[in-house]
Amino acid sequence: MPEGNGVLVVGELSEARLIATTSELLNAGGKLANSLGQPLHAVLLGTNLSNASEEAASLGAGKVFLAEHPLLDEGHVEAHVTALQQVCQQAQPSVLLIARTQLGREVGPRLAFRLGVGLAQDAVGVSVDPDTKKLLVTRPVYGGNALAVVALSCIPQIVTVRPKAFEVAAKDESLRGEVVRVPVEIPTSVVRTRVVERVSGEAAGVKLEEARVVVAGGRGLGGPEPFQELEKLAKLLGGTIGASRPACDAGWIDARSQIGLTGKTITPDLYVAVAISGACQHMAGCSGAKVIVAVNNDPKADIFKEARYGVVGDWRKILPAFTEAVRELVR
Amino acid sequence: MKIIVCAKQVLDPETPSSIFKIDRDAKRAVPPPGADPVVNGFDEIAMEAALRIKASVGGSITVVSMGRSFVMDVIKKPLAMGADELILLQDDAFETADSFVTTNVLAAAIRRIGKFDLILCGRQASDWDNAQVPLGLAELLDLPCLTFAKNVELSNGSVRVQRVTPDGHEVLEAVLPALVTVSNELGEPRTPSIKGIMASTRATPTVWGLGDLGVDPSSCARVELVELFIPAREKRCEMIEGEDDTDAGRKLALKLREAKLI
Ligand SMILES: Cc1cc2nc3c(=O)[nH]c(=O)nc-3n(C[C@H](O)[C@H](O)[C@H](O)COP(=O)(O)OP(=O)(O)OC[C@H]3O[C@@H](n4cnc5c(N)ncnc54)[C@H](O)[C@@H]3O)c2cc1C
Ligand SMILES: Nc1ncnc2c1ncn2[C@@H]1O[C@H](COP(=O)(O)O)[C@@H](O)[C@H]1O
Repeated sequence: MPEGNGVLVVGELSEARLIATTSELLNAGGKLANSLGQPLHAVLLGTNLSNASEEAASLGAGKVFLAEHPLLDEGHVEAHVTALQQVCQQAQPSVLLIARTQLGREVGPRLAFRLGVGLAQDAVGVSVDPDTKKLLVTRPVYGGNALAVVALSCIPQIVTVRPKAFEVAAKDESLRGEVVRVPVEIPTSVVRTRVVERVSGEAAGVKLEEARVVVAGGRGLGGPEPFQELEKLAKLLGGTIGASRPACDAGWIDARSQIGLTGKTITPDLYVAVAISGACQHMAGCSGAKVIVAVNNDPKADIFKEARYGVVGDWRKILPAFTEAVRELVR
Repeated sequence: MKIIVCAKQVLDPETPSSIFKIDRDAKRAVPPPGADPVVNGFDEIAMEAALRIKASVGGSITVVSMGRSFVMDVIKKPLAMGADELILLQDDAFETADSFVTTNVLAAAIRRIGKFDLILCGRQASDWDNAQVPLGLAELLDLPCLTFAKNVELSNGSVRVQRVTPDGHEVLEAVLPALVTVSNELGEPRTPSIKGIMASTRATPTVWGLGDLGVDPSSCARVELVELFIPAREKRCEMIEGEDDTDAGRKLALKLREAKLI
C-alpha cells in the first residue's frame, strides 16, 4: 500500500463560508491526524475562497489547498471529482474526509472509483487501528439496525461522514495556515448533466435542520389535517414540524419534511414523535435528538426504546390536551 | 428504447429490530426463520420508472441482479411487474462482495449485454445502505449520472429527470445513454397482475457466472469488513400515565416543564 501523508478534509461552502459539517470534519480529522502522527489539511473548491480559507486554518488545517475554478461554484459533481483527483495527486493524502451532503455523497464514491481506491460511506465514527495504522470506520448498516466497522485497502482512504455525527472543531483565530494554490484543469466537457431549472422553496418558519424543537408525525396520523395540529404545537414550542417517510409518501406533508436515513438528519433538543413506530430507518435521522418524546397507542412500539418520555394512547386525545397545557405553560 | 434495471435481493428491511439478528463470527445478518428476502424497495421503484417509460416510448426492460443465491419467487417479481428479461449474476464468491466488486461485476454484465439507452438503479440498497454502486457504474461505464429522480422522461435521445434536493427539486438533462437513480418520491411501484405473475413463473432467467464475466473479485475488493454488531440501546423511557388519554397529555406537558424542556 503506497504511503500517503496527511488527513485532508474537503471543505464545502455556503455563501462563501464553511458549512458546519466542514468544521465537524476538521474536528474528527484533527483527532485522526494526531493518532496517525500526520498533519491535518483542508481543500476548498470554487471561487472567492479567502474568507473560508482563513476559517479552515483557524479550525486547525495546517495547509489549505485552494482549487479555484468557476465551474466548481455550481455544485457539479463531475467538476468536483475532476478537481479533487488533481488535488489528491499534489497533496497525496493518506485519508480524505468528505461531508456526506447532497454533493459529497456523490463526489466521494465517484472519486473513489476514479482513483481506484476504497471508500466508506456515511461514517459515524472514525479511529486508527494502533497496529496497522489503518483507518477503522464505523457506519450504520441495515437501516441502522447494525453497525459495521470497515477498513479500506488503498491510499487515500476515502470516507464520507454523516453530518452532525461529530462536534464542530474549536476555533483559534490566531492559527494561520499555509495557503497552497492548486491549478486545476476542468474541461467543460466533463460536466455531462445540464441543470434546466432549480426549484427551491425554503419552508416558512424555522428550518428543520436548525430547529431546537421538532414535532413529527407518522402514518398513524391517518391524513394531512392532523399535521395542522402538530404545526400549532410546534409554533408554541418555537419549533417546526417533521414527518416519517410514509406520511411524506402519502402526500400528507411536503417531502422536504422527511426525517431519517433517506431524509434529513436532525439533532434538536426536543423531538416529539406522534404516531411514529420508530423504525430504525426513521431513527437514523433523529436519534441524535437530546430528548425524544413519543406518543403511540402501541405500548410495544420501538419508538419507546429510544424515547426518554412516552405516553401510550390515542394521539387524538393526547395531543389536544398536551397542546393546551403547553399553551398555558409557555404563556 | 433498451432499459436496464439493476435490482438487488435483500433482507426485508421491515424486519422488526426485536428479531433482527447478526452472526458476529460470520459477520452477516441472519434472516429470521421462514422470512423471505425482498427485492430492494428502491429497485422496485426503478422498475416502476422503467415501466412508465416503456409505456410512453416503447422498448424493452432487462433486469440484472447479482448475488450468491436467489429465491426465485422473489427475484422474479420484476418480471411479474412487466420486465422482458431477467439476468442473474450468480456465484458463491459474491457472498461477501463489497460495492467495488459488485460494481465491477454489474459493469461487466452490462458490457456483455451490449447496447442500451438507459440504466435505472435504486438510490441505495437497504442492506448495506452504501448508495455507491450506481455512481461507480457511471464511472466505469463512462455515463452521465442523474440521481434521486422523482420523475424520469425520455425524448429526442436525452433523458430529463426531476431530482429531489433537500429544499425542493431540480430539473436535470443529459444525453443518452445515461444512468439514473430513483428515490421514493417517484411513487409506489405497481403490484404485479395475476397474468404477470403467471408469465413470470414460466420464464427462465439467464444465469451468468464469474466465468462469463471475466471479473476477478479479489482484485476489485476495496473494503474489509472488520466487525458487524448490533449497538446497545441504553435509553430508558419514563412512561407518563394519567386517568385517561387527555389527562396523560396534560401530565406530559407538566413533566416536560419540570424537566425544563419547554
Ligand atoms: C432504505 C430505506 C430507507 C428508509 N428511509 C426512511 C426515512 O428516511 N424516514 C422514515 O421515516 N422512514 C424511512 N424508511 C421507512 C421505514 O422503514 C418505516 O417503514 C417508516 O419509518 C414507518 O413510518 P411510520 O412510523 O410513520 O409508520 P408505521 O410504522 O406504520 O407506524 C405508525 C405508528 O402509529 C401508531 N398509531 C396508529 N394509530 C395511532 C393513534 N390513533 N394514536 C397513537 N398512535 C397511533 C402505530 O402504533 C404505529 O406505531 C426507509 C425504509 C427503507 C427500506
Ligand atoms: N447485487 C446487486 N445486484 C443488482 N443491482 C445492485 C446490486 N447492488 C446494488 N445494486 C444497484 O445499486 C443500487 C444502490 O446500491 P448500493 O450502492 O449497494 O446501496 C441498488 O438500488 C441497485 O439498483
